[in-house]
Order: sequence, then C-alpha cells, then structure tokens
Amino acid sequence: MIIDNSEVILSVRDLTAEIDGNQILKGLTLEIKAGEIHAIMGPNGSGKSTFSKILAGHPAYTVTGGEVIFKGKNLLELEPEERAREGVFLAFQYPVEIPGVSNTDFLRASCNARRKHHGLPELDAFDFEDLIQEKLQIVQMDPSFLSRSVNQGFSGGEKKRNEILQMAILEPKLGILDETDSGLDIDALKIVANGVNQLSNAENAMLVITHYQRLLNYIVPDFIHVMEGGRILTSGTKELALELEARGYDWVKEELAVGV
Amino acid sequence: MSTTAKNLVNQPYKYGFVTQIESDTIPPGLSEDVVRLIWAKKNEPEFMLDFRLKAYRKWQAMTEPNWAAVKYPPIDYQKIICYSAPKQKKAKLNSLEEVDPTLLETFEKLGIPLSEQKRLSNVAVDAVFDSVSIATTFREKLAKEGVIFCSISEAVHEYPELVQKYLGSVVPTGDNFYAALNSAVFSDGSFVYIPKGVHCPMELSTYFRINNGESGQFERTLIIAEEGSYVSYLEGCTAPMFDTNQLHAAVVELVALDNAEIKYSTVQNWYAGDEKGKGGIYNFVTKRGLCQGVNSKISWTQVETGSAITWKYPSCVLIGDNSVGEFYSVALTNNAQQADTGTKMIHIGKNTRSTIISKGISAGRSENSYRGLVKIGPNAEGARNYSQCDSMLIGDNARANTFPYIQVQNPNGKVEHEASTSKIGEDQLFYLAQRGISAEDAVSMMISGFCKDVFSQLPMEFAVEADRLLSLKLEGSVG
Repeated sequence: MIIDNSEVILSVRDLTAEIDGNQILKGLTLEIKAGEIHAIMGPNGSGKSTFSKILAGHPAYTVTGGEVIFKGKNLLELEPEERAREGVFLAFQYPVEIPGVSNTDFLRASCNARRKHHGLPELDAFDFEDLIQEKLQIVQMDPSFLSRSVNQGFSGGEKKRNEILQMAILEPKLGILDETDSGLDIDALKIVANGVNQLSNAENAMLVITHYQRLLNYIVPDFIHVMEGGRILTSGTKELALELEARGYDWVKEELAVGV
Repeated sequence: MSTTAKNLVNQPYKYGFVTQIESDTIPPGLSEDVVRLIWAKKNEPEFMLDFRLKAYRKWQAMTEPNWAAVKYPPIDYQKIICYSAPKQKKAKLNSLEEVDPTLLETFEKLGIPLSEQKRLSNVAVDAVFDSVSIATTFREKLAKEGVIFCSISEAVHEYPELVQKYLGSVVPTGDNFYAALNSAVFSDGSFVYIPKGVHCPMELSTYFRINNGESGQFERTLIIAEEGSYVSYLEGCTAPMFDTNQLHAAVVELVALDNAEIKYSTVQNWYAGDEKGKGGIYNFVTKRGLCQGVNSKISWTQVETGSAITWKYPSCVLIGDNSVGEFYSVALTNNAQQADTGTKMIHIGKNTRSTIISKGISAGRSENSYRGLVKIGPNAEGARNYSQCDSMLIGDNARANTFPYIQVQNPNGKVEHEASTSKIGEDQLFYLAQRGISAEDAVSMMISGFCKDVFSQLPMEFAVEADRLLSLKLEGSVG
C-alpha cells in the first residue's frame, strides 16, 4: 500500500558493485517507503539477484560506488549479521542445508540474536515454542519440520516456506524475496505469496525479485522496476508487469532506445 | 575461505604451563639396561622383568608402522627419556598430605582438584604426572564396594596375581611397535578391578599430565570387569607447550567378563603444536577391549582435539556370544595437526553386535583420516555392524579421508556402512549471518549439531566440557 509521507525504509543512490573485477551493478537508484511492495523484474543476468545479495552484505561482492541508506543508517558500513538484526531479511533463492542443526534451535538463535540487539529479553524454549506454533500457520507448515535439520532433505517448496517462516519470526523492516517463486508448483506458490501478504503491513516494506510475472498475480506490488545491465531501466505500476509478460523484456529496451 | 569472520584470534592453549619441580630422571636412550633400571626403580616382582624384557626384544625386531596417513620426521628413540618422576620426600605416600604441594597445585590449575575439600564429588581421580601416579582419590570409599582403583605400579605390588593374569592378555607385548615399546618401559597408569555383580558407584577417571620436555610418556591402563559388573571410566590429558615433540605411547587393556559392561571415555587435549606445526605431542596409542564373556559390552567414546599427530584405534574383540562393541568418536584437527584414528571391531562370537559412529572435523591445513576395520569371523553367526563415518571440512585447505576395511567370513553377517562429507562453507556462514547469527556462534552451532550423537554418549559433566573445548579449538579457523 502506498502511504503518503511514510518513513523511507531504503534509499539506494547510484550504486555500483563488482565481483571478481566484473561490474554487475552500474548505477542503481531506488527508494522504498514503509507500507510499499516493490517488484524488480528483468532478464537473467540483469543484476537483480546480485542487488539482493549486496543489500544483505554478501562478502563476495565489492561495492565500488554510490550509497545505501537503511532507516537513516549507512547500510554498507554494517556487517551482514548487523544488517539482519537491524531488520534486513533476505529470503534466499537457494536456501542452504545445515546438517545437524535443528530448525527450532536455528530459528530460536536467530530470533534471540535480533531481540538481544534491540534490548529485548531473549525467549526461552517455552515462549519460543508458543511463538513458533502461531507463525507456522502463516505458511501452513507441519510442526515436524521444526525438529529436522535446517533445510536438509526439504523439497524446493518446503525450503521456500521455511524462508517465509523465518521472515514471520524475525519481523523484518525490509523483506527481500530473491526469486522465491523459482521451482515452486502453483500450490506452494500460493502458500508462499499468501504468507508474504499476511506479513506485509504499514510499518515494513517488501522487495520482490522475480523473473516471471506469475508471482505478481498473488503478491500485488505497488511499484515495478525493470532491471537490465545493472541498472533500472524503467519503473511503473503493476500493469507494467502484464505488458512485460505479453511483450517480453526486449520491448522495454527498444522503447527506451527510441526515447533516447 | 576468506572474508566472513576475519582475524578471530586463536585461543591460546591454556594448559601450556610447565611445573618447576625436581625430577628423578634417567638418561635418554633405550636398551636392556634401561629396561632393567626402570624395573629396579619400581622395585617390581620378577614376572614384570620377564614381561618387560620379552617386549623389549620384540620391539628391537620391529619397525615403526608407516601405513597411517600421517607424516613426521623420523623419531630417534635413543634421545627419549623413558622414565621421569617428580622427586618425593618419601618412597611410599600414605596420604594426600604427603604429596608435594607443587603437584597438587598443578592439578588444581588444570581443573582437577585432588584435596579432600575441593575434589569432584562423584568422580574418583587417579592423577598421573610424567611417569608416575601422584594420587588416587576416593580409594577407601571404592574399596568398601570391593572396587580396586589405584595406580598400576601399586597394583603390581598389591595384586600381582590379577596383573600377571591380565596384563598383556588383550594387547600382547609384541602386538605392534608402540605397544611393544610401552610394554618394555611403561612407568605407570591406572588399574581398575570391579568385582562380580558390582555396579561401580562413581565415575573413575585418570588425568594424564606430561611435564618434562624430553620425556616420553608410556602409561598403561588395565580395567577388569568381573561377571555382571559395570564401570564408567574417563581419561583426560594435557601437556605444556614445547617447541619439540613429545612421544606418548600408551596401552589400554579392557576385559569384560559375562554380562559385564565397561564404558571408556577419553577427552584428549594434548598440546597440538603451534599454528605452524612446531611442537606438540605424538600420540601413538593402542587401546583394545576384550568382550570375553557372553552379553558383555565395551563402549569407547573419544573426543580427540589435541596432539600434533594422533594414531589411535580403540578396538573391541567380541568373543562372548551376544557381546556388544561400540565406538563413538569426534576427532578434530586444526592448523597442521594430523589424525589417523578409528576402530577395529572383531566379531568372533555369535550374534555379536557393533556400532561405529565417527565424526571427523578438519580445519586449517590439517589432515583427518578415519580408518576402521570390521571383521566378521567364520563362527560369528548373526553378527551385525553398523558404521557411520561423517567428515566435516572447515575452509578450503583441510583434508578428510575415510578408509573402511570390511572382512566378512560368515554369510549371515550383516555390515552396514554409511559415510558423508560436509563442509562449513561461506554459503552456510552467510546464510546464518543473514539471520543475525555471528560466525563464531554459527560454527559452534554446526559443530555441536554435527557431534551430538557422540557427545550424548559422554558422562554429563564432560559432554558440556567437550562441546566448549571444540568451540575453543576452532576459534580463528573461519575467516
């Protein structure tokens, strides 16, 4: 939802970044306010996933220019774990498996790391159990998931639901979904989208990164940005997604070429 | 592995101090005269001289084994001091009050208080300093139950018939190079005897401390569990930091008779050398248990974190029908450490069962190998084994190997082997960091999870200690 004069959650200006000497982001500018859902679309290799990893602080990428302000703070100065505790959440495209660590222990450690950072008392096993039972319903997950090792042996859909469960527990200010729809069947897609919609509110913001328009049937964005060659080519409302779906990404490039 | 958690400082080895104490030390070198000298110093009965000399002659004819996946410069056995004992004012100590206070302080500093007021309430401790046993706590209390817990030197004098019957019965004098060496020159160690039907009322524990920089430590442990008895025994070890390597060649023999159970746990934290691989203990140990009686059970649990080199295969020989052997192991190597460790499960009796759970963790540029033999003999009808060997790599320069040997001579035998290799990689650390979890916490969480099947086998007090120890050892290994 678009709210007048709401707080700016994320402000990105002329961001450039590289990996192993290859420039991936070439001057990206974007502003996201509380209450809004933004979608970034674009062809493979356009830099959308890189952008999400840079926001989360992935060590493999080097920021070479520009600025990223998150809730008034310079995000680029913070370590990945500090960004997370401040409220940046990345739902991974390929969540990793962590053998031997139970989902519950992981979720509680994560929840308490954030609570500690904000000066809140840590939750004991009993309080956490109550919290998690409530959150499980958002993603319609079976409680047996909790005792299994993190993501180990999970199907693609289960992994993605586990990501949304984590988002539900951590209540981030900015939820970034990196191609969360990839590899999901329609039922899992609906559950995941429904979870995101339930978690979206006037205090937080969502950034949905996707290759296909399909997800945006279920998570309706307030703004859509088309990314290509490491920058945002054009922005618009949800109708833009339909046009992209019908006409492909090349059309945007041609349109812009004509405009120049 | 590069940037995630840079410059976490390596935790210094906090047991690395040297105790200044006057020692009764024999000159370096090994010969028949040295064997006789040790025998004479210990004032042992005649049968011990035979035992030692027989072993020495076998050792002379043997060569050092070279099949393990470890590398080290040749050891000059003529430079090793085979016997070093702190000087005591009296030859025979009657009570703890007569022990040199410096020694009591040393053990207290290591977290092993021996004095009446401070000692652990439910664990009896035998404290071994260089070549001799300093003190054994709770002896009187244990004696009431008929349990004998004393140093092996005392046992040689006080229970010669038991020693003569069982010493070398599980690990013969000529079993292997290091066992033969140990049999020739061993100086002390622990002796445990649990009489028929007795459930030992407390944990028994030996704490080994090497203090002398040039001395080898050759200790000998013998545990006998009579019919229907039970004992849980724990061994701990530390050593000062020296630039040179010290040799530790121990032999442990366990005998379980009908329906008896022995649980043997080790938390090994010998000095591992510095991060460049200078110094540290060479830990060449022979440990073997004999499940001689029907329905007997021997369970080895080891947490190996120290030593420059570990060469160690705690084994079970399952002779009694329905007897059970277990091996639970966590072996952690960091920096330049090398470990070649595992077990042997020899099934001889019918319906014998064995379980092997091995967890190897390699960090730094260390090398960690699991080597295990499961042998099912021709008469071992219905024998079963389950083995699980998991390796975890931290960083890009560590190595893990698994060498399973399986020999089945009975068509009804059943052997299962599972193995896995996982890695604590940049991806996992980033994933956990993205959830607000620091690199240190992330590693310790993953390691605890990886090891929990083994830690759950340790006595409670030591499980927590072991968990903490691993985290300390790994500090600085990510990043």
